[in-house]
Amino acid sequence: MTTAPLDKTVPLAKGRLSHTQVYWLGFCAVMAVLIAAPLVLPVFWAKFLTEILIWGLLAMSSDLLIGYTGMISFGHSAFFGLGMYGAAGALLLFPPNLWLTILFGLAGAGAAALFVAYFSTRLRDIYFAITTLIFSQIFYVIIFTWTAVTGGENGLIFTRPHFTIPFLVDFRFTTPTMHWFVLTLVAGSYLILRRVTRSPFGMVLQSIRENEGRTRAIGYSVERYKIVAVMLSGLFAGLAGVLYAVQNEFAAPDFVFFVTSGDTVIFNVMGGIGTLVGPIVGAGFFQLLRELMSRIFGDQFPYLIPLGFIFIVMIIFLPQGLMGWARRWLNK
Amino acid sequence: MSAAADISSEPLVRVEGLHTYYGKSHILHGVSLDVGPGEVVGLLGRNGVGKSTTLKSIMGLVRPSQGRILLNGAAIAGLPPHRLARLGIGYVPEDRRIFRLLTVMENLRTGFDRAGVDDARRKQLLDKAFSYFPRLAERRNQPGGTLSGGEQQMLAIARAMMLEPKIILLDEPTEGLMPRMVSQIREIIEVLHQEGVAILLVEQNVPLTLAACRRIYIMEKGTVRHHCAAADLKVDDPVIKQYLGV
Amino acid sequence: MDTVIQFFQNFPLDLLLIQTVNGIVTGLILALVASGLTLIFGIMDVVNFAHGELFMLGAYLGVVVLATTGNFWLALIVATLIVAILGAALQVVTLRPLIGRDPLNTILATFGISLILQNFALWEFGPVSRKLPEPITSHFNLFYLQYPWYRIVIAALSAAIIGGFWLFLKYGKFGVWIRATTQDRVMAQAMGIPVPLVYTGVFAIGAAMAAASGVLFGPLGSINHTMGLDWVLKAFIVVVVGGMGNLGGSIAAAIFVSLLESYSAIWLDPSRAVIVSFVVLILTLLFRPTGLFVPTPK
Repeated sequence: MTTAPLDKTVPLAKGRLSHTQVYWLGFCAVMAVLIAAPLVLPVFWAKFLTEILIWGLLAMSSDLLIGYTGMISFGHSAFFGLGMYGAAGALLLFPPNLWLTILFGLAGAGAAALFVAYFSTRLRDIYFAITTLIFSQIFYVIIFTWTAVTGGENGLIFTRPHFTIPFLVDFRFTTPTMHWFVLTLVAGSYLILRRVTRSPFGMVLQSIRENEGRTRAIGYSVERYKIVAVMLSGLFAGLAGVLYAVQNEFAAPDFVFFVTSGDTVIFNVMGGIGTLVGPIVGAGFFQLLRELMSRIFGDQFPYLIPLGFIFIVMIIFLPQGLMGWARRWLNK
Repeated sequence: MSAAADISSEPLVRVEGLHTYYGKSHILHGVSLDVGPGEVVGLLGRNGVGKSTTLKSIMGLVRPSQGRILLNGAAIAGLPPHRLARLGIGYVPEDRRIFRLLTVMENLRTGFDRAGVDDARRKQLLDKAFSYFPRLAERRNQPGGTLSGGEQQMLAIARAMMLEPKIILLDEPTEGLMPRMVSQIREIIEVLHQEGVAILLVEQNVPLTLAACRRIYIMEKGTVRHHCAAADLKVDDPVIKQYLGV
Repeated sequence: MDTVIQFFQNFPLDLLLIQTVNGIVTGLILALVASGLTLIFGIMDVVNFAHGELFMLGAYLGVVVLATTGNFWLALIVATLIVAILGAALQVVTLRPLIGRDPLNTILATFGISLILQNFALWEFGPVSRKLPEPITSHFNLFYLQYPWYRIVIAALSAAIIGGFWLFLKYGKFGVWIRATTQDRVMAQAMGIPVPLVYTGVFAIGAAMAAASGVLFGPLGSINHTMGLDWVLKAFIVVVVGGMGNLGGSIAAAIFVSLLESYSAIWLDPSRAVIVSFVVLILTLLFRPTGLFVPTPK
């Protein structure tokens, strides 16, 4: 894929500017909007937006596997959840320190990723998908039943750490600053992932997705690439978990439940797999729809039924997701 | 040569201007041919010229991008293969492709287990198959995969016969067979012809084809280059050498 | 020496035997569920994520029909039929358009279906669990316990359904069609076998098996909208351990896993006993990834 991913807010400027320039313009525009957002939006929507970014990060991490390497994973709830619980651990066991928290979270997610990565190399496609699903449930059961350590059903509650740079800065997060912190990490992750997918490494991943046998025949150690892909994916998912924990100040087993993985896959498909930006869009789309439906139809409305229908319809008729559709529409 | 087949003006199968692609490869560049009711027609050509693809297109296994295929005057291009089998087209592919894990009986069953065939008729068909192919009768409960190459070929043809087709598409039936079996194939083609079944025979074996068929088409690079009565060609004909010579 | 004698005296032999019976009972129900799943996968290459929800729907429909007619066996038949038809409809509408595409698509589509069905059940029946009363309430003496006859009956029924299906596959016309289609889809079509119809039929049969298991399981536990997930997970484990697409393997694996779980339930908390099946899965994947009960690893 050599065309630059197009951001949703920028129409394709024909002729004058190169794709790359248009892309970066678009990127800056979106960033500007996102930075300004918490200053203009009411608190609820600002927090809503922050959460979309966090889910978007989770979905992006999953896209690395689904969209680029061709491995469907239903196990991201494990990475996310362990990132969350890892963060909780750091905040409960030690004096609250933001960076230590992140470290713990990443370590937790990394451990899970290592475990999954090992099996990823021995299983293909469907077997891998099912196994990741089962693993995420294993983690769920462990977390749910090991009440002494994880608080079981009730989860863990803790306080948000301050934002600290040793000797320089120390302040509590407010809604806007929390948002900006999350935004920085998410945007940074996006840029890193983008770099990775466009690097030779990323090209090999895509080659694995297209035709694993041929990639191996050419001489690439497919196993190694898959392991790295899973590790990367797991780490970023774990980061999302940490951010969620820090943002909301609790950790709950619900997030390690399969549903989180399922939701992630939905974000990916709706937004468009293999686009990195798509999943974020998908996450936003999904959350917005859900919020809208609960406002119009009330809390008890089973919003997942119409969303499920939309999901299936998109798979059949719009397999490229929203981003793919937008791309085609913009390219006319 | 076979008894004169009834050539009415309406061909049983007509292929007109067929273009077919495998992915980006343009395999058939406008193939046209006819097979009359009960007629035995041969399709000759080197490897890779598109003979098998032509058969597959008629059988609906490959979708043509352009052109028409008519069965008794009705357009059939684009219909699914199982419909075409029911409409009377039998297909015996290269490498036979019998159901290896099904027994001989079960293989034959897939042919006569259809609507409109009562038990008496089924028995009739089965008996016919076994009388033509006694070796199959001996092995009726054996899995298809345990049969020898020649026996599998018999089974593939018998199976197609169970459909009571109007035309059988035979793709290189003698490939990989011993000379003794080749003459058996010749006899089977004759028998089918006697029953009024049309045959479109794709072959590399020139003498067999010239002996068994009434008319010959020769293909090269995805089109029909030559068409004549079989009687007009000899095995060492320059035309044969040109299109089939090594 | 004393401790050894003590150990054997304390060894819950009778409990072990009771758990063996329990394990076989649940194992056979699980085998029925897994058979449907492995059938659909083996023949259509579709991983049916919605299988658990079809099981769940079967159970709920059983409750509804039982409430209206008062007859358990009627409920079993009607629920199975309705879900079979639903399964056929789902296949035609959502899976047929996806034939030929990346298998990823069908996994996602069936996942979408499971979401819809699960939430529909929640919406229609509410979050409170239902109970399906046993049709046969008599018991017999198994050691010091009054063991319900019903459990034996469902074990027998499950086995009968599986056996019946195996016979159908081997001798029935549709069975031959299914086997031919599995072996060579293209030639099956060339022989006049309506392959699209075969696929729909297979999915319907798989769905029916799931629904029947749901109704049969009903009296053994509580029925709620999330029960599908537990069962489909176990069924997946069983299918992988037994060898994907291997009917006999799935059945053996189902009983094996259920027995192990039943035994562990003696010493472990039931919610933890579930880990046993996970462990079996991991060990299988590590050492015999093609399946524990597959004759030769390919």
